[in-house]
Amino acid sequence: MSNEAVIQPGVAALDVHGHAGVGHHHESFITKYLFSQDHKMIAKQYMITGMVWAVIGGLMSVLFRIQLGFPDATLPWLEDIFGHWAKGGRISPEFYYALITMHGTILIFFVLTAGLTGTFANFLIPLQLGARDMASPFMNMLSYWFFVLSSIIMLSSLFVQTGPAAGGWTVYPPLSALGEASIGSKIGMDLWLISMAIFVVSQLLAGLNYVSTILNMRTKGMTMTRMPLTIWGVFFTAALGLLSFPVLFSGFILLLFDRHLGTSFYLSDLVVAGNVLPNEGGSAILYQHLFWFLGHPEVYIIILPTMGIVSEIMSVNARKPIFGYTAMVASLFAIAVLSFLVWAHHMFVSGMNPFLGSIFVLLTLLIAVPSSIKVFNWLTTLWRGSIRLTPAMLFSIGFVSMFISGGLTGIWVGNATIDMHVHDTYFNIAHFHLVMGVAAFMGMFAGIYHWFPKMYGRQMNNTMGYIHFWATLVLAYVIFWPMHYEGLAGMPRRYYDYSIWESFKQFAELNKVISTAAILVFLAQVLFLCNFFYSIWKGRKVTNKNPWDANTLEWTTPINPGHGNWPGEIPEVHRWPYDYGKDGVDFIPQTEPVTKEESGY
Amino acid sequence: MIQMMSAQEKKVHPYKFNMWLAIAGMIMMFAGLTSAYIVKRSQPGWESFTLPGIFSVSTGLILISSLTIQVALKSFKAHHMGKYRLFFALTLLLGVVFITLQIMGFYRFNELGMKMTGIGSNPAYSFVLAIAGLHILHVTGGIVALLVIFLKSFSRKKRNYDSMPVEIVATYWHFVDILWLYIFVFFHLLH
Repeated sequence: MSNEAVIQPGVAALDVHGHAGVGHHHESFITKYLFSQDHKMIAKQYMITGMVWAVIGGLMSVLFRIQLGFPDATLPWLEDIFGHWAKGGRISPEFYYALITMHGTILIFFVLTAGLTGTFANFLIPLQLGARDMASPFMNMLSYWFFVLSSIIMLSSLFVQTGPAAGGWTVYPPLSALGEASIGSKIGMDLWLISMAIFVVSQLLAGLNYVSTILNMRTKGMTMTRMPLTIWGVFFTAALGLLSFPVLFSGFILLLFDRHLGTSFYLSDLVVAGNVLPNEGGSAILYQHLFWFLGHPEVYIIILPTMGIVSEIMSVNARKPIFGYTAMVASLFAIAVLSFLVWAHHMFVSGMNPFLGSIFVLLTLLIAVPSSIKVFNWLTTLWRGSIRLTPAMLFSIGFVSMFISGGLTGIWVGNATIDMHVHDTYFNIAHFHLVMGVAAFMGMFAGIYHWFPKMYGRQMNNTMGYIHFWATLVLAYVIFWPMHYEGLAGMPRRYYDYSIWESFKQFAELNKVISTAAILVFLAQVLFLCNFFYSIWKGRKVTNKNPWDANTLEWTTPINPGHGNWPGEIPEVHRWPYDYGKDGVDFIPQTEPVTKEESGY
Repeated sequence: MIQMMSAQEKKVHPYKFNMWLAIAGMIMMFAGLTSAYIVKRSQPGWESFTLPGIFSVSTGLILISSLTIQVALKSFKAHHMGKYRLFFALTLLLGVVFITLQIMGFYRFNELGMKMTGIGSNPAYSFVLAIAGLHILHVTGGIVALLVIFLKSFSRKKRNYDSMPVEIVATYWHFVDILWLYIFVFFHLLH
């Protein structure tokens, strides 16, 4: 199928020669901004929906950090806003559990999965591969609207009387399976499951399209080995999602059965509030296996796209070819494969056979190898480059910093012997927030600053970008560095109030510092949002098609490309995307034919 | 441009490719469920069972429906629209009967005292309901797709000889057929 037929079914593909108006088919407000099938608009829709979710999820963390940092404070305004959830100006325990549960759910699934991949996979796959649009623009649109539907359901669960799901973002049974066990396991839990089921459908539709477009719609000359690393990143992400989300779906179906059909997949020999339940023969650990079979690939679903983004931005702004392109692709592949073989390292304390545990330890520690290869390659890409410290570049370097800091503790918690001690403590919280939370956000910010000119034809404000970067970097460390010490001292996660514990009283001041930093870092993100939305309409206009002097195809399109991306023919590709500083030439775009005088690869 | 297009046409049609990827995802879903079944089976409290005979009948029917849709596809490609519609309708009918028999099978389970839901149910039977039930949903999806394409073939406004939708739905139909065969054999071997 030709690229033209994809965006304009029924229109002959041959009349585009020399036309400036390819893809300028009639667009009303609704088809352009709402039910758009243009991958660039869908990417922006994903991005802005993700931003809305990030604000909600981030605000939740501010609220529960207020409770953790200032457990004795009474803030009447909390009661004004949240009513009985914050009686007397203090966040109630039920509200606290709902907040931490929804914070995890929203940030992991709605922001860092849908928001992140949805933005960059949709935006970059056709632009960087030389395609007019996705393999199926209609399915692409459908995937976004399924995401909106699941968002609305999740959002509505915040407003039901018994509140949203509140059993932790992993919603382990039996707590999540029994409505009578907790207020957070009532209707809010059902809405959570339904919303997530629809979310899985949305991600599958999106993932199908990504893989199929990358494999089938590349322009002439764009062999797989000439693809930018961003595309490799989203390719493996989509493959992971396609193979792991359905398993989560299975787990949810069984959970719904247990909740509403009286089955006992996960339930056995339980007593709730003095009542003996009739359920027998189930196993709660079964859910954990099904959950983490997605759950572990999920963290790579979050981090792989940002690895690609960071590689690309680093090479462009260090004016050097990426170090070890093949090793980068191979390590992405290795991470993708290993991610399916390590899920049980989340379950070392579940009573697992220690021999089985040791196998999972080995496989888990193996992931350190490809991860280190990647870090080594990023550092060697920077080595002796003529670095341009744009905000995007700073965030890319920040990504590597976070990835190292969080990755090193991964070796600790990957060891069953150490994990037994720090499992479900703040050590773990610090580990995963650094390595896949803050790091992924850094990569996402890098991507937004870097491709903003392509998205809106304007530049974002640099000064605000620098403030945003340094505030985020410093405050993220202020938040998560001390948590390592708290965790090693045994402070468990998800507790409502530590001040009543003799052993954790000593951290009261530290918790205040962390909470203050959390509030400040949230404000820094508000600054970013102001910059972002201001720049869409008022930013400095881009005058050059290729503002970063980059090699990849997206910078050969007009400054504000229409649906169809290239006004004439799609350019042909003659070389890999990382010819920076080759033979003394600053950069050679992928569309330049290889000359005879050029040195070989 | 023309060369470029023909180069692209040699590749698999993206929609067809999407179908194969979706099938990979669905395989993972059922792999997840059947793995959970295997894990559960090795734990205490499992009650073994034999599938009621009605499931063998439905298995035969869905196997036949794979043949009928293949005949329909062939006739469509040969532009024998009458024959195509006949066998397409036959496939649809077989699909509906299959689902009915499956649901009757679930009732048979309960009649034999093997409770699938509610108090006194055993995970073994509940698994049959969950796995076979989810399979029914997939067949239903196939029936809806068949119905849409079938009704479109009667449209007077558009004469469409593009075999792509028929090919894709046939691929899907074969998939749900083979999927059921797998589940059927699975339940027989590991009960």
